[in-house]
Amino acid sequence: MAEIVLDNVTKRYPDGSLAVDKISLDIADGEFVILVGPSGCGKSTTLNMIAGLEDITEGELRIGGRVVNNKAPKDRDIAMVFQSYALYPHMTVRENMGFALKLAKTPQSVITEKVEEAARILDLTQHLDRKPANLSGGQRQRVAMGRAIVRDPQVFLMDEPLSNLDAKLRVQTRTSVSRLQRRLGTTMVYVTHDQTEAMTLGDRLAVMRSGLLQQAGTPKELYDRPVNLFVAGFIGSPAMNFMGATLEESSLRTKIGDLPISPSLRQALEKANVGRQVIIGLRPEDFEDAAIVPAENRGFGVTFRVTVDVLESVGSDVFAYFAEESDLSAHSDQLADLAADSGAADTAGSEETVTARLDAATTLREGQEADLWVDLRPMHVFDPESGRNLALEATAGAAAS
Amino acid sequence: MAAVITTPRQKTGWGTANFVVIALALIPVLWMVSLSFKTPTAVLDPSFIPKSWTWSNYTQILKTSQFIRPLINSIGIGLISTFIAVALASMAAYAVARLAFPGKGVLIGMSLLIAVFPQIALITPMFSIERSLHLFNTWPGLVIPYVAFGLPLGIYTLSAFFREIPWELEKAAKVDGATPLQAFMKVIAPLAAPGMVTTAILVFLFCWNEFLFAISFTSTTASRTAPASIAYFSGSSQFTVPTGPIAAAAVVITIPIIIFVVFFQRRIVSGLTSGAVKG
Repeated sequence: MAEIVLDNVTKRYPDGSLAVDKISLDIADGEFVILVGPSGCGKSTTLNMIAGLEDITEGELRIGGRVVNNKAPKDRDIAMVFQSYALYPHMTVRENMGFALKLAKTPQSVITEKVEEAARILDLTQHLDRKPANLSGGQRQRVAMGRAIVRDPQVFLMDEPLSNLDAKLRVQTRTSVSRLQRRLGTTMVYVTHDQTEAMTLGDRLAVMRSGLLQQAGTPKELYDRPVNLFVAGFIGSPAMNFMGATLEESSLRTKIGDLPISPSLRQALEKANVGRQVIIGLRPEDFEDAAIVPAENRGFGVTFRVTVDVLESVGSDVFAYFAEESDLSAHSDQLADLAADSGAADTAGSEETVTARLDAATTLREGQEADLWVDLRPMHVFDPESGRNLALEATAGAAAS
Repeated sequence: MAAVITTPRQKTGWGTANFVVIALALIPVLWMVSLSFKTPTAVLDPSFIPKSWTWSNYTQILKTSQFIRPLINSIGIGLISTFIAVALASMAAYAVARLAFPGKGVLIGMSLLIAVFPQIALITPMFSIERSLHLFNTWPGLVIPYVAFGLPLGIYTLSAFFREIPWELEKAAKVDGATPLQAFMKVIAPLAAPGMVTTAILVFLFCWNEFLFAISFTSTTASRTAPASIAYFSGSSQFTVPTGPIAAAAVVITIPIIIFVVFFQRRIVSGLTSGAVKG
């Protein structure tokens, strides 16, 4: 067991491209941390640097208080599960799982004991003498996990271990990974591009984009208090809705009407000196059918009229979609990145679809005009240039004063 | 598959074409076998199947050290050259397939250059070198050029095999605590075994069939290989051409090749890497 400290760790390739830019992250002993971000954000490179499979160009990496920058993977006491599982095809499951122990010159009796115990935990006992080629995808994944746990390493590293499984198996395996980590209490660093996986698994998430750490925090922190547009848009499913807004005297003028703002937010916006054009962010669950909003809550938000294009009922909730003229991604590279990640860049024109999650009791119909209410208390306001969340500064300022 | 042969017409057409190609390749071989069983007087007899069968050509060549000793030389020199070439080529191919190092392009280019260089142009300088190094008419005198010309072949074949082995296996081995050498010996090499066997066969066949160096760098049966020795066969008198013994010797040196192909064909084709990654 050990804590991992990344201190301004940087990876620059010989051709000069910067894969990871000064990432600093403290991972506590026994903590389950997820590195999450779209492909090419540097999360796998970061994991490989922790593993020792890639050199660190600059900065310092400490595992259990020891600087390990120049230590070979074998001297770091880590175990890793790869996306492709990387099982040795010429070895049986038993040999695969015992390979590390055999290299460490562990007595054969101990190897047998440990392998069989791990096989029991992972329900692989009857497959121990088979070759990986004769196993199903889920079984191979478990062998890869088994190979990691027999070693009792200080740190587990997982590189998208579930992405080769089908959707149903992925959800099951996700739970078992989580249970396994609790049971072993070993520090775990887990890489994924799937924000749902990240939110459900991790004690803490580190969101990365273009080699830079955007924000690290608990799933709730990232969801409620995203520091910038990218984190706000990346975390949460369905994603946060973004709209352009113009700062007026005491309100924000948007396509859905004038949204009043609190004096503290107003102050923060003025202090930030970002001009009058901003981007606001509203999560789908902040919307509600105006007809069913309790009267005492009505004052916290505004009611507006839209034509609902599509309604999707999932039983517990109803998702309402309405279009809004917008060309936000052209103004923010963070939004452009998000659009590229979600595939929206290929489909969307100049219209942005707003998603609202309504109570199942709603009586709205598709294609009809409807009154929707939106709660403004959790509204985020972003600087289109830097993507900074200005509302966060307002609440921080309010808390300080 | 783009075109699947279905109609009887296509079947007949392709069948005939295949038959012609196989016949063209096999008739000379069968003719040679036939000759080797004919008596010296029947050599000019145009019949394909010998009228009277005889083992005398075989007993004649296998009785004298004129052929037995070169056969031993061929096997010895071939095995040693193959072993050295495959050992060196596997390391070089691994580097070519896996690592980025300065001069990699030059290395690949040089090995290709060696492979296509006209060997006849090298005979005179190499002859002088071998003479001055006292390698002329010795086993090392042939092993060294064979390794040199076997290496490019080996590097090319093996690097193709190494490229197909998922890199993550090696990373996994490193994380499991293997040194680079252990990762190579215990994970990569066993997976590349079919490739190594293929390469070994190719290099051995090259050494086994080689004639130019063998005839140029040897002077006695101390190091002369089997193909070269055939050139020195003599008839019962200086006026008889030793056609029968030559045919018999040719059959003898063809047999190992046939055995190799029959035995290792499946080994070459079988891929060990299935199951390493998904799918």
